[in-house]
Amino acid sequence: MLKIEKLCCNYKQIIALSDVSLHINRGEMISLIGANGAGKTTLLRAISGLQNPKSGNIYFENKNITKLESHDVAKLGIAQIPEGRGLFSILSVEENLRLGAYIRDDNEIELDIEKIYSQFPILKEKSKEYAGTLSGGQQQMVAVGRALMSRPKLLLLDEPSMGLAPIIVEEIFEAIKILRDSGTTIFIVEQNAFLALSVTDRAYVLENGRIVMSGNSVELLEDEGVKEAYLGA
Amino acid sequence: MNEFLGFLLSGVTVGFIYALVGIGFTVIYNSSGIINFSQGEFVMAGGMSTVFLLKAGLPLGVSFILAIMITSMIGIVLYKLISFSKESSQISLIILTLGFAIFLRGLAEVVFDKELHTMPSFVGDSSFDMFGTTLTYQSILIMIVSIVIVTLLYFFFKKTKTGQAMMAASINVDAARLMGINIKKILMINFALSAAIAAIGGVLLTPITSTNYEVGIMLGLKGFAAAIIGGLSNPFGAVAGGLVLGILESLIAGYISSEYKDAVAFVALLAILFFMPGGIFGNTKAQRV
Ligand SMILES: Nc1ncnc2c1ncn2[C@@H]1O[C@H](COP(=O)(O)OP(=O)(O)OP(=O)(O)O)[C@@H](O)[C@H]1O
Ligand SMILES: [Mg+2]
Repeated sequence: MLKIEKLCCNYKQIIALSDVSLHINRGEMISLIGANGAGKTTLLRAISGLQNPKSGNIYFENKNITKLESHDVAKLGIAQIPEGRGLFSILSVEENLRLGAYIRDDNEIELDIEKIYSQFPILKEKSKEYAGTLSGGQQQMVAVGRALMSRPKLLLLDEPSMGLAPIIVEEIFEAIKILRDSGTTIFIVEQNAFLALSVTDRAYVLENGRIVMSGNSVELLEDEGVKEAYLGA
Repeated sequence: MNEFLGFLLSGVTVGFIYALVGIGFTVIYNSSGIINFSQGEFVMAGGMSTVFLLKAGLPLGVSFILAIMITSMIGIVLYKLISFSKESSQISLIILTLGFAIFLRGLAEVVFDKELHTMPSFVGDSSFDMFGTTLTYQSILIMIVSIVIVTLLYFFFKKTKTGQAMMAASINVDAARLMGINIKKILMINFALSAAIAAIGGVLLTPITSTNYEVGIMLGLKGFAAAIIGGLSNPFGAVAGGLVLGILESLIAGYISSEYKDAVAFVALLAILFFMPGGIFGNTKAQRV
């Protein structure tokens, strides 16, 4: 479904990604783990068209999307929950959700909003409040809900666990699993390697902009190198 | 006759014009981070175009609509220049808008002339007495049209999909792009909208103060001051800023001397920038994570 070939990204002199290749099959839940500054966010930004790669190619459903503009990428069915959530802080929760459906013009938007509310009842209570006034966990729920509103085929998540209490993380990942079970393909980027490897099918390990390892998540969890570098063992 | 009320009302009248100019500054600043120093020239373009279309024999309503369309086109041209510019730092783009303003003044001088022009009021030149002071129908019209524009703008931002996309883009550009919002399109709409609103201000003001190719300099500055007083990132703050500025000017011109009138905007601008860089309503940008 998503295929990345020899992707290179630079920020002026800084090389953020070099020769990154990976693929994600339809219906899979994949993670990418890596330390601070490894290049995880850069990769997701490049997929979503927020950043121009220096070289390499990105294919989505066999279409080359490397040079597409971000809004066209979104229209193809790729949604992203960006690092730090990227909520529209001075718009209400409901307005945020509605903006999530910006690319849609069918008449089931209201229905989907109700679905999000039944999954995260607290959001219904706070629907008229500014998204920026919510707690971190509630904000992450809005971010997840907003991404779902586009009915994505592929959902990219940039460190969804960052800064959240474990119980909230559990709730968020529960929602992601439900989504996967409904057929959405999911790509999670995480610093929290244990969490990411526990919930995904396969994983890639990114170090200094290079993929240094990949394989089944359960196997990576047992790998001595991964344990040492990422699981604090 | 109630002198104070008279000053107040004439202050409110010009204040609304400053507000219309100021709104444009905030709308463009919000979406692009650029301070558009051609904003005053949009006002001039609106007024001057109307005057000359009228001279060409077109009816008032048609001239008005055409002038707004012409000015919106000018706004779009400026946007195109900015988007094609290789230079992407904010400061050089701001200088680009300054250059464009000078170009527009020169163009107006060539296409039109250097004379001072006026035009008949839409509602006649008569006035009436109210609350012990005299009010012209034109100032009533300015107040009503401005209030209508501001109200429409509010509903546009709040209730329409495009308006919400503009809000989203002003709060978090990257997140807006992830929603599938075409930022370039939004920016272009913002430039056209700012130009159109400024042009309406220019047309409304012309029967009262006349216009020529240079009026944009001062009006741009007043609109900028209005926007800064309102915190620069909030269109409705700019409305309040415009009213505050208009009223202050009018009171100072009335009670002290009209020589100091134009200094008000400069002093207000400096005072705000020094002591309250977030505007009198606090910095709304800072709350936008
Ligand atoms: N806007 C930028 N300008 C310059 N360098 C940048 C920029 N953004 C990221 N970098 C650099 O690119 C490299 C990769 O950054 P990136 O944000 O992709 O890493 P990350 O894996 O997401 O890190 P984190 O876990 O901290 O989110 C880092 O060395 C970083 O310093
Ligand atoms: Mg990151």
